[in-house]
Amino acid sequence: MTIGLAHYLAVAAILFTIGVFGIFVNRKNIIVILMSVELILLAVNINLVAFSVYLGNVVGQIFAMFVLTVAAAEAAVGLAILVTFFRNRGDIAVDDASMMKG
Amino acid sequence: MALQAIAFYLMAAVTLISAVAVVSSKNPVHSVLFLIAAFFSAAGLFVLLGAEFLAMLLVVVYVGAVAVLFLFVVMMLDVDFAALRQGFARYMPLGGLIAGGLAAEMVFVSTTVATRGAARLNDTPMASGAGSAPDVTNAEAIGRVLYTNYVYFFQAAGLVLLVAMIGAIVLTLRHKPGVRRQVIMDQVLRSPKTGMRMVSPKSGEGIDA
Repeated sequence: MTIGLAHYLAVAAILFTIGVFGIFVNRKNIIVILMSVELILLAVNINLVAFSVYLGNVVGQIFAMFVLTVAAAEAAVGLAILVTFFRNRGDIAVDDASMMKG
Repeated sequence: MALQAIAFYLMAAVTLISAVAVVSSKNPVHSVLFLIAAFFSAAGLFVLLGAEFLAMLLVVVYVGAVAVLFLFVVMMLDVDFAALRQGFARYMPLGGLIAGGLAAEMVFVSTTVATRGAARLNDTPMASGAGSAPDVTNAEAIGRVLYTNYVYFFQAAGLVLLVAMIGAIVLTLRHKPGVRRQVIMDQVLRSPKTGMRMVSPKSGEGIDA
């Protein structure tokens, strides 16, 4: 059987759901939450590239590049906030991070 | 064609199994390593699709930079990760149920789109350069569009990276007290009047400290 667009879309859909599931079950561990966000963005990238190739339009790959850029920036800033939070609090339990509001 | 199918199923399976391991493993260092495996096999899927440039970008940016950043932070922070896992078993059944439903819906919709949507006429991938010559490589096709129609977006992406870099430095920079630092202002504002003095040492005595 030949591998078509549907196969790639199915892989991306399952990967996206695994990322969402990771955010559900690891509510306290913000490092794993950040990694789950990376998985979700990877699923988006797979969708963009698959559609780009099967529709013969290279713009999808350019958008995937921008998604990659934003994901890298988000990881850097998120981890920097995490390090600062750890220095101030001594742990990274995010469920009592509400002290930062207002 | 059979070889392509085998490669696709192998890399898709490695991607998905690694993704499950990322969210479910006890040790966060293992999570990061599985994340690297997931990105690596996703890059393999990109190569299979014919998007070689993006595949190499994924390997360089994610495996080389982002995953190593995660690894640094996980190893640098001394955190009791067992305490952070409480609630995992509690949210597991409902979360699994919702995720399963979500996955079934999304797979159904995307399969329908692929078989009945705008892409249904193209069972085989088209040449990646839209309307350009067929001998153009993937990287060249991307460059031709990126540096012409999307040049402002390209610049904006650079600006995003610059802001993220400055933000990360500002957030994590701290000055320890008691560490001698270079004060450039003092160095620039030195004048010959304060910076040197004329002495006439007597022979055999030298200059006082």
